[in-house]
Amino acid sequence: MATKIQSDAASALSGLLFDGMTVMAGGFGLCGIPENLILAIRESGVKDLTVVSNNCGVDGFGLGLLLENGQIRKMISSYVGENELFERLYIEGRLEVEFTPQGTLAERIRAGGAGIPAFYTRTGVGTVVAEGKETREFDGETYLMERALKADISIVKAWKGDAEGNLIYRKTARNFNPMMATAGRVCVAEVEHLVPTGTLDKDMIHTPGVYVHRILQGPAYEKRIERLTTRPRSEKASA
Amino acid sequence: MPWTRDDMTARAARELKDGFYVNLGIGIPTLVANHIPPGMEVTLQSENGMLGMGPYPFEGEEDPDLVNAGKMTISELDSSSYFNSAESFAMIRGGHIDLSVLGAMQVAANGDLANWMVPGKMVKGMGGAMDLVAGVKRVIVVMEHCEKSGRSKLVRECTLPLTGKGVVDLLITDLGVFEINRGRGAVRLVELAPGVTLEEVRARTEAAFVTDLV
Repeated sequence: MATKIQSDAASALSGLLFDGMTVMAGGFGLCGIPENLILAIRESGVKDLTVVSNNCGVDGFGLGLLLENGQIRKMISSYVGENELFERLYIEGRLEVEFTPQGTLAERIRAGGAGIPAFYTRTGVGTVVAEGKETREFDGETYLMERALKADISIVKAWKGDAEGNLIYRKTARNFNPMMATAGRVCVAEVEHLVPTGTLDKDMIHTPGVYVHRILQGPAYEKRIERLTTRPRSEKASA
Repeated sequence: MPWTRDDMTARAARELKDGFYVNLGIGIPTLVANHIPPGMEVTLQSENGMLGMGPYPFEGEEDPDLVNAGKMTISELDSSSYFNSAESFAMIRGGHIDLSVLGAMQVAANGDLANWMVPGKMVKGMGGAMDLVAGVKRVIVVMEHCEKSGRSKLVRECTLPLTGKGVVDLLITDLGVFEINRGRGAVRLVELAPGVTLEEVRARTEAAFVTDLV
């Protein structure tokens, strides 16, 4: 088997990018985003992208970079409140957005990777999210049919990974990454630590290697904090 | 004196019960965590993938991999667990969370809630709010009673895009507490903030309500 290990983000994406493609990008806000792969997509200049991601980064970082560079045609997201450019482009009609409730988004991606074409949920019944969608009653309750989501490529970020593509995420940086890894026709994973095969605890693997086609260790991680909140050291009780 | 934001969240905290699993919305509802009574065990769920949310970290101990749904740095507890977003919303949608406290732009007498966009003006997205109101056992809204313009936010019918239909159980505003009961029966004013009169609430409320208060 050819190696999954790539030397850098640009070579990890080589041959995979084309205009008009759908990209899934892991992360919640700026937490757990594939920083290096996003930069490499910006450098590639690929455009008319449909991007599936819970958020769209912030002005000047994360997916906000692709937005500024005019590479995104459509976003499928649940929350974009931290991005002024996004709000402006959307209100001016220059960016198409499919607002999807966060849980529905996560489940659509999970379903996409699990071979389930659609599912029913109570979320969004009676709201604009339900417009044009089939509804069905189960046990006296109305549910909405939601379709699965897949992508031409998914880019995810993990804490540790190995040559097999096994991934372990860290704390809340896990978020959408595991489902997205399963729902891309090709999944490219970047990790903070590429470790020798056999050193990860096999009972603790979050994403088994079958889902990951290419893997690289990022040269650096800025891991920008969106909202720094702390309590003073003198305080003993909880904030 | 109408209630302050802190008073409103303290009032919301009185709805907590020992052993509850609770999701607090971003913004004002986050402050409810400051009012959990000592000795009461309440587990906070953060929809980005954590149960057992701890307080803000000590200065210098912040971790970019550990944030809440408002993207604020937080800390973990001995009892905490982490999971992915699909698992997080399985727990929300599946009815495993006891209580959710959310902010709002409008609440209607029929229990409808609007809190995610103002067409043509402001769009943030619904985030997890639509899933929370669809799946959590009890939904409490904490909001200012009126807009800055003075217009009532407790309305006969929502004019803004909905987050959920017939989903609000209890509403706490700076003027008082209203039982909405998901629109089953009339809205009932059950508490007034200190110094606030029934006449004042009537004058500043668009929706019809009943009350036993005098």
